[in-house]
Amino acid sequence: MSDTINFRLNGEAVRLTVPPLKRLVDILRDDLNLTGTKEGCGEGQCGACSVLVDGRLANSCLIPAALLAGRSIVTIEGYRNSARFDHLKACFEKAGALQCGFCTPGMILAAEALLCQNPKPTQADVRVALAGNLCRCTGYNMIVEAVLLAAREGGKLWSQPTGL
Amino acid sequence: MKDSENISKAIKRSDFDDKIEGRAQYCADLRYEEMLYAKTLRSEKARARIISVETPPLPAGYCIVDYHDIPGRNIVPIIYEDQPFLAQDRVNYIGEPILLVVGPDKQIILDLLSKIRVSYEELKPILDITQAERPQEEYIFENKPCFVEYAYGKGNIEKAIENSSFFIEDEFRTGYQEQAYLETQAMIAVYEEERLTVRGSMQCPFYLIDALTQALGWPKERIRVIQLPTGGGFGGKEDYPMLPAVHAALAALKTQRPVQLVLDRQEDIIGSTKRHPAIIRIRSYLDNQNNITGREIDIKTDAGAYAGLSSVVLQRMMFSVAGVYNVENLHVLAKAYATNKVVSGAFRGFGGPQAFFAIEMHMENIARKLNLDSLELKRKYFLRQGDTSSTGGLYQYEIKLAEITAKIDDLSGYSRKVNSPTAKNNSLYGLGCSVFYHGCGFTGSNEQDQIKAKVLLKKYRDNSVQIFVSSTEIGQGAQTTLRKIVAHTLEIPLEQVKQDYPDTDYCPDSGPTVASRTILIVGKLLHDCALKLKERWSEEETEICQEYQYPEDLSWDKDKFQGDAYHDYSWGANVLEVEIDPLTYAINILGIWAVYDIGTPIDEKIVRGQIEGGIVQGLGYGGLEVLTAEKGSLRQNNFAGYMIPTALDVPDIVSELVWNPNEKGPFGARGLGELALIGVAPALALAVQNALGRQVKQIPLTPEYIMELMQNV
Repeated sequence: MSDTINFRLNGEAVRLTVPPLKRLVDILRDDLNLTGTKEGCGEGQCGACSVLVDGRLANSCLIPAALLAGRSIVTIEGYRNSARFDHLKACFEKAGALQCGFCTPGMILAAEALLCQNPKPTQADVRVALAGNLCRCTGYNMIVEAVLLAAREGGKLWSQPTGL
Repeated sequence: MKDSENISKAIKRSDFDDKIEGRAQYCADLRYEEMLYAKTLRSEKARARIISVETPPLPAGYCIVDYHDIPGRNIVPIIYEDQPFLAQDRVNYIGEPILLVVGPDKQIILDLLSKIRVSYEELKPILDITQAERPQEEYIFENKPCFVEYAYGKGNIEKAIENSSFFIEDEFRTGYQEQAYLETQAMIAVYEEERLTVRGSMQCPFYLIDALTQALGWPKERIRVIQLPTGGGFGGKEDYPMLPAVHAALAALKTQRPVQLVLDRQEDIIGSTKRHPAIIRIRSYLDNQNNITGREIDIKTDAGAYAGLSSVVLQRMMFSVAGVYNVENLHVLAKAYATNKVVSGAFRGFGGPQAFFAIEMHMENIARKLNLDSLELKRKYFLRQGDTSSTGGLYQYEIKLAEITAKIDDLSGYSRKVNSPTAKNNSLYGLGCSVFYHGCGFTGSNEQDQIKAKVLLKKYRDNSVQIFVSSTEIGQGAQTTLRKIVAHTLEIPLEQVKQDYPDTDYCPDSGPTVASRTILIVGKLLHDCALKLKERWSEEETEICQEYQYPEDLSWDKDKFQGDAYHDYSWGANVLEVEIDPLTYAINILGIWAVYDIGTPIDEKIVRGQIEGGIVQGLGYGGLEVLTAEKGSLRQNNFAGYMIPTALDVPDIVSELVWNPNEKGPFGARGLGELALIGVAPALALAVQNALGRQVKQIPLTPEYIMELMQNV
């Protein structure tokens, strides 16, 4: 029981024949070997598998293949080629916002989803935007600082499209 | 070279690029040709005999791995030999592994698992400490209720009791805590050319060598363990990975194919080790001048179904419970009870968090009864250089508790705020201050008796230097800080110093990555090794090994618990400021302040990460993280039930260090990883107690518990 679905992934058209209930996280990791998207809980509670679906943050463990048709998906593998990523990366480094790294790709995409909607967030905005992404190592504040720094020093980065 | 001027200056982490770009390959990210998957069938009974296991017909390419497939000994090699790798004829906790289903398709494996029928003959389980204390028809461990029972003390407690005027007594209870690393336990085993290689998520590669040699009955030479990028550990990947490593290895051996075993979140929570629940009673004896002259302390922990690391956790708990105070006469009794529940084990702090919660609450309760300011009372008993420790050891270095508490008072405004009108008039606003230490390295002389760490440095023709140690990078920054220590000692650029994830084929056993020992013990060995290498720098290629020697200025009697319980100590104080919602009883944390003495920080950014991560894990322990067992079954088995702090639960954290290097550690550095967690729960509980005006006697401080306190007038 498989369906053929068409969607965009990291800016490119993808055509796949998969069971309609197969989870996006499995499609990414197992079928497409895009393992930058991590699975932490499989129940939409930790955010490690966050990806962007039409620009909005979503847990890829909760998205069945059938919902992908016509959507545009961005994972860390696509996003890391953007200027916005380079800037976020520099800010994460400056703020020391990474330890074990398992939540990091999801955090980066959560930051992107926020800054896209709200290029000048307050600290409270950042905390709300990251609240669905668990981190057990950093205690969050250094990540919050990184995102605020990215917004403050990002210039016009988040007022232009990424092309993804 | 300029960098060596200040080793504390933050640098870019070695693992930064790989991790932020999503390129770091964790265990579940690896794919091998013809790789199979394995999934574990776990006990659904807390205590039972296994009568039979019925398996459905297996499609081609699928198999079952159970205890029959263990060629060596079916016993986990840890302190006591009581735990099987796979249950044989009985189970002792819900979640205990019984067998594995192995095959190429995960969905079919799950389907097969659901069709396996285990018939059990249920036995009466022992479900908590209170029940475990009663006489049993059949004990879990040997013929006794406890895995271990210890006593130690100093001075003459009988005499202190005789001469005392009165006593003050408290009893405290603490709950389970789950490590909740974001990456679940995961292993891949590959069998080729008569050798087995296990790669995975772990803190202690050589523990796995021991486990695999024992289970397979093979010589060490045929086994290789390689650590992969590891998504957090916090103690949960100290000993537990021995099980999935052996399980994956057995499956690889049986199928002659690579096998990947990744636990799902639910089985990781119900199956892997937890922080010990504890009941701690402290009775302090005072003379007619209100001086604390003696203390009797009784500790009980809920150790779960197998002994695991409970004995050593209990030792650290019973030494930590003396707190940062010098009380002349002390007697401590400590027991780790066997119960039919998940195995309690290592978790950041390793017995310290329970102990410091109890002693810090108790000290404040004494102050309250004596109508004294609690910090003033604490200061009177602060340990000082030259004092005798609770185990009769000598505090040989300067102890800056006065400076630490003065600094935190200054930063947080604690004393001023405690006496402010807000604190006095608003009954639901309060502050709490905790003072604590953490002993760095293994307890007593275990660094010598059990580990005898070795490190190796190789210098190559191109003047690069490679570090060979078994210390694992689990997020804490070990691959960055250890490289810094070597580069700064050799006075060469950091880029010239390399360190890979440990591979037991190449790395000597420098011990496990636990006990806040990586900097103090392994870092010091690398420092000493690098000093020798520096003298031989003119040689084109060379390698130097350095082996641990027990310091001459320390002594330890492990039977009597007398002498120096730890190599050295790190110190700290926390202040928390809270207000409590009068309707929901939710705790709103207004501020967190922290001051530590860790000697020299090796990297300020990594240090801040350890501090804030530890504090937030401590906040979870004291406040949010509820994990309870009902009839032996953990009720919160996912992140919706077991709630860890999110970005919304954390206020600004202000932290500072007190500079106090000594010669024990490299560049004067000591351990930090565990210290940062330890003082948070007591500071939170004291803040809540002061806000409520009711005595807090347990953690976690759920709104339900606060409501109970408020309603029991």
